[in-house]
Amino acid sequence: MTRPNTFRSGPDERGHFGIFGGRFVAETLMPLILDVERAYSDARADPDFEGDLKTRLKQYVGRPNPLYFAERMTRELGGAKIFFKREELNHTGAHKINNCIGQILLARRMGKKRIIAETGAGQHGVATATVCALFDMPCVIYMGEVDIARQQPNVFRMKLLGAEVRSVTSGARTLKDAMNDALRDWVTNVADTYYLIGTAAGPHPYPMMVRDFQSVIGEEVKAQMQEQEGRLPDSIVACIGGGSNAIGIFHPFLDEPSVKLIGVEAAGHGLDKGPDDHAASIAGGRPGVLHGNRTYLLQDADGQIRDGHSISAGLDYPGVGPEHAWLHDSGRVEYVSATDDETLKAFQYCSRTEGILPALESAHALVEVMRRAPTLSPEHLMVLCLSGRGDKDIFTVAKHLGVSL
Amino acid sequence: MSAERIARRFARLKAEGRAGLVAFITAGDPDHETSRAILEGLPEAGADVIELGMPFTDPMADGPAIQAAGLRALKAGATTVHTLDLVRALRARDDETPVVLMGYYNPIHSYGVDRFLTDAKAAGVDGLIVVDLPPEEDEELCLPALKAGVNFIRLATPTTDDKRLPTVLRNTSGFVYYVSVTGITGAASAGDAEIAIAVERLKRHTDLPVAVGFGIKTPEQAAAVARTADAAVVGSAIVNRVAAGLDGDGLPKPDLVEDVLGFVRDLAAGVRGARG
Ligand SMILES: Cc1ncc(COP(=O)(O)O)c(C=O)c1O
Repeated sequence: MTRPNTFRSGPDERGHFGIFGGRFVAETLMPLILDVERAYSDARADPDFEGDLKTRLKQYVGRPNPLYFAERMTRELGGAKIFFKREELNHTGAHKINNCIGQILLARRMGKKRIIAETGAGQHGVATATVCALFDMPCVIYMGEVDIARQQPNVFRMKLLGAEVRSVTSGARTLKDAMNDALRDWVTNVADTYYLIGTAAGPHPYPMMVRDFQSVIGEEVKAQMQEQEGRLPDSIVACIGGGSNAIGIFHPFLDEPSVKLIGVEAAGHGLDKGPDDHAASIAGGRPGVLHGNRTYLLQDADGQIRDGHSISAGLDYPGVGPEHAWLHDSGRVEYVSATDDETLKAFQYCSRTEGILPALESAHALVEVMRRAPTLSPEHLMVLCLSGRGDKDIFTVAKHLGVSL
Repeated sequence: MSAERIARRFARLKAEGRAGLVAFITAGDPDHETSRAILEGLPEAGADVIELGMPFTDPMADGPAIQAAGLRALKAGATTVHTLDLVRALRARDDETPVVLMGYYNPIHSYGVDRFLTDAKAAGVDGLIVVDLPPEEDEELCLPALKAGVNFIRLATPTTDDKRLPTVLRNTSGFVYYVSVTGITGAASAGDAEIAIAVERLKRHTDLPVAVGFGIKTPEQAAAVARTADAAVVGSAIVNRVAAGLDGDGLPKPDLVEDVLGFVRDLAAGVRGARG
């Protein structure tokens, strides 16, 4: 593949990032998807929309959050200088809210009356329920039965916020199935309902729109690193579920060739164990079409989608956003993976050395930081996207450590 | 006897002054052999066109009945190759009844578009309905299919307004499938009056036959649709009869095939008597 002049020009007007992306949806949804696209491009051109978004991110979400120098971890790992981008300090405890604020403002502009969303870890569900409470809109969250069991605190949180949580019992009863049911709701209630997708996947314009709303992460890192260290970072590491926190922190740096970008997929029980034992779609999948876009998918030889597995409910998805698929093929971003066991160790390590409980999702990225940092010089500036806080995961971690709460 | 089975069938229906019954079953449900027996019995039971569902793990536009049928088939080992085998088996006995494959894009994408079109045509497939390929993605499969001489049948829905209809109809061939409700398969049906208005609207835009589906569950409902549309599509209700014919272990009871075909006979009687 020839190297493009810029990595930031995608998608094209049909939603393609190279061969990936697109609009693979049922006809019932197509007019609506086109409406969302039109409304989004109008909104982006409207200074009032931008102003409103900025104010709410500042006053309600608490942005900018810090770029924190993890001094003790840096000293202990003995190499690169490690920084955490503290998305876990946002209101609701993860990066998901950045996108939810943006999309709910759009839904209101479109005159929509009802919000639906899918959730895996529950972080996107909580963030969606939160903005729906804020704007007094009815909210239905689709969540797999398995995820409901392993993310109880978030389920209760969503209910407290006034959302209805619908348990999804089809398929593997995790994130992919929740997305199927959300799409089924959407085709049924097209007229008044807005589907607030939680990651940089789905049909165009969602991957682009979610990326744009999450790019505030990378923009802040750029300014903060400049202020704190007087230059760009040397590497940035983020976990990949659908890929929204990662594309958000990567995108402003795509055309800065000196900045190494590393995405970390969930290797579950191990990549060598088979397609139902991990959720690393780039490392272990091949291109296919699901949920509105062409991307890397975990699938069998007959094109049936595999269920995938990760200890982390937020990474347990057999696909990945189409822009990541393209960034992989074009070689701009390096994609690696971390297993459940490595992640559990990183989770505990971070808790003890920095006094921060990371989300299990973010702990995957930390695994890669712990692998790389010791091999690098102290001048190397490495940023970890600490996408969320780990309070929601303490039951899962306790269970794996054999502790009963 | 090839590509034009669909056109010939609708021409004949027109000559007979009646609408047709499009019967949907999922390929390989509940297992390959039982599915083959049902399929082979459909023409005699009165199915004028056969829609054969290609099982997929993530059927986003389907309700619980067809989701369950697909999962039963996959569990019993259904694959794209097996689906084409079923069509071939039917063709050995019946070279007139059109067969339309209905499904989602990924299994076809995975099989390889060119290879799929070649094999499907050779097996005796007449048309394709691929739910997640709107006109915006015509280059993927629709245009190659038309080039290969396989009809590409598009869904039109209540959300497809007059402005968009020409886009939807542009590369459609065989017939147009009007989805009468915004929703998933197996949902409640639309009212007769609404359907009549919708069919009339489509007819203003196209000369192709219009089949109407989604939510038709009884011979009476099929008859009502048959009074205004060129064909009535019944899916979930047939597939539910397959489910009802399974024992506690999910194995087919001895009378399953006959029961399903009996139901199709009732539907066909409803459709055939509709305008009489
Ligand atoms: C804290 C956190 N990080 C990461 C993710 C993964 O999603 P994405 O890849 O879209 O950032 C999730 C998803 O639930 C999450 O809750």
